[in-house]
Order: sequence, then C-alpha cells, then structure tokens
Amino acid sequence: MLLTLLNVVSSWAIPLLLLIIPVYGFIKKVPVYESFVEGAEEGFTTAVKIIPFLVGMMVAISVFRASGAMDYLIHFLAPITSRIGAPAEVLPLAMMRPLSGSGVLGLATELMRVYGPDSFIGRLASVMQGTTDTTFFVLTVYFGAVGVKKYKYSLATGLTADITGFLAAVYICNLLFR
Amino acid sequence: MLNAVWLLLLASGIIVAAFNGNIDVVTEAALGSAKGAVEVCFDLVGIMALWLGIMKIAEHGGLVKGLARLMRPITIKLFPSVPAEHPAMGAIILNLSANMLGLGNAATPFGMKAMQELQKLNNGSTEASPAMCTFLALNTSCITLIPATIIGVRVSFGSSNPTEIVGPCIFATAIAMIIAVSLDYWFRTRSRWRKSK
Repeated sequence: MLLTLLNVVSSWAIPLLLLIIPVYGFIKKVPVYESFVEGAEEGFTTAVKIIPFLVGMMVAISVFRASGAMDYLIHFLAPITSRIGAPAEVLPLAMMRPLSGSGVLGLATELMRVYGPDSFIGRLASVMQGTTDTTFFVLTVYFGAVGVKKYKYSLATGLTADITGFLAAVYICNLLFR
Repeated sequence: MLNAVWLLLLASGIIVAAFNGNIDVVTEAALGSAKGAVEVCFDLVGIMALWLGIMKIAEHGGLVKGLARLMRPITIKLFPSVPAEHPAMGAIILNLSANMLGLGNAATPFGMKAMQELQKLNNGSTEASPAMCTFLALNTSCITLIPATIIGVRVSFGSSNPTEIVGPCIFATAIAMIIAVSLDYWFRTRSRWRKSK
C-alpha cells in the first residue's frame, strides 16, 4: 500500500512539475518557451564553473579511498562504534556518507546483497543511505557555482550533521529492528 | 579548515599507499577521478539547463515569489539577512522541496540558483555569507520523505517490507537537521558577537 503510493509519487512528481509550471506560466501570460530558453542558458556556464572545484575535491577523496587510508581509519574506529550497536560492516558506509553519494549507494547495495535487505545490517545500511546528503559534494558544487573559496564553518556543520545522522540511524535501528 | 581537510585527505592517502608499497594506486586514482569530475559536470549540463529553464518560467509567472511569501514566517527566522521576497528565498524553497521529494537531479540546479542569488547579496565576496552557511546546513541534512533509490534497491533484493525504513530515515534526518540548524545558529550568532567586539 505504502509502496504503491511512494511509487506513484516518485514516478509522477517530475512529469507533473513539467506540466504544471509551464501551464501556470502560460495562464499568467509568460512567454513560456522564451523564458525557458533564457533560464536554460545559465545551465551550461554554471556546470562548467564548478569543474575546478570538483576536480580538486574528487581527486583528494579518491586518493584517500583507493590508497587504503580510509580502511585504516575504519579499523581504528570499529571497536568504538561496535560498542554503540553499529556493526563493523556498516562503518565504511558511515565514512563514505559525506564523501561520495554513488560510493554510499554501491556499499549499501553490496551489504544488502551479502546480508539480505531484511537483516539488521541490511536495514541499518538502508537507513544510513537515506539519511543526510553528501556534504563534500554539496559544499564543493554549491560554493563552486558562485566562486566562493572560503567555506567558513559550513564544513564543520555539515560533518556534525553527518555524525549525528549516523548515530541517530544506529539508535533507531537498534530500537526497532534488534 | 577546508585547506587542512583537503591536504589531509590527499597526503594521508599518498603516505599510506607508499607504506603499503602500492604507490601506483595513487596515480591511477588521481588521474581517473580528475577525468571523472569533468564527466560529472558535463552530465549536469543538460539537467541544469532543463530545471533552470523551468524555474525561469515559474519566476516570470510570479510562482517563486509566491512560494517565498508563503514560507516567510519560517524563513525570516532562518535567513534574517535575506529580504523576504528576494529571488534567493524562492530558489531555496524549491531546492529544499525537491530534496524532500527525493528529486536529487532537480534539487541541484535549484540549489545553485539559490547560491547565485545569495552571492548577489554577498557583494561577490569569495567568502561564504552566513545565509549561505545556513542554506547549506539545511541542504546537507535535509529530510528525504521518499528515499526512492534505496527502496528500489531493497525491492530488487526481495525485501519482505521494502518501505519499513522510511520512518527510521525520517527520524534520523530530522535529528541531523535539528543539530545542523542549531549549530549553524550558534556559529552565526557567535561570529556576529565577535564582529561587534
């Protein structure tokens, strides 16, 4: 029941937006096609502007991951997190959460393949995947689009939110699914 | 802080690779991801153009301003430095709504538009304004009401109840969001206090 509802919403949301906004504009006597093209023109320049920022960030993250440095950090943290009810298997997912959206999805999918979606690990991985956004990607892309290079306290706020989200996911899953 | 984090990620990776005797991995990862970053940006071009085009229609029709007016009681507290009917407000609201609905590819263009509008209020500085920090605090911790991707993965592995994780997801993000917004508020007011001294 809930699943069908969610499926309906997620497959209709974009077509409906693409219908309602232009129709609304047309009623308001907006030259819809001309306005569309005017807005779309900005798309290219903005996407190109973020390239240097994204290259810098993705190179650092990728070297950190591929070299095995992240695995060392996980080995170091595993004894601490297992005390609060987070199995060591989900720790790579928590580490990846702020760094890479596709990385998180890949890890969560792999955990569900190995342990099954209805296992504790599978459920916890699902909740962690659905919690908070990829902080580094968001900051890099959004600040990059306007050429802001000093992020001030944004990174600290974003990472604290990631840690909080992880702890909250562990707490609620232990409460409901253990 | 960013300079330190960036250097730490890069340097610790290279040192670990050197100790493990697989330094070749570094070259491969660095060159591969540099190329990958450009591909990500080019993938964004079409999607950006589509959503910014649609948003321009909404803007010209007065829909963006209307949305901003509707949410004013909340946004005025979160963004005291942004005029209530400024175009930035509408873009912020569109971005957060798209995020909540799990429409990631629509959220990014709206978010960039919001940042560009906020940058106009920031006089083109290269330093983040408090409003930008608040927006990104909301954005990175935003609640997803429909985590469609992960539900899809659960369905494909034959879960007996693929949507059971929706409630826990909302709980966890709500907590993360409360912490992010409170922390942002603390940082924001603290820096103001510092400035006046």
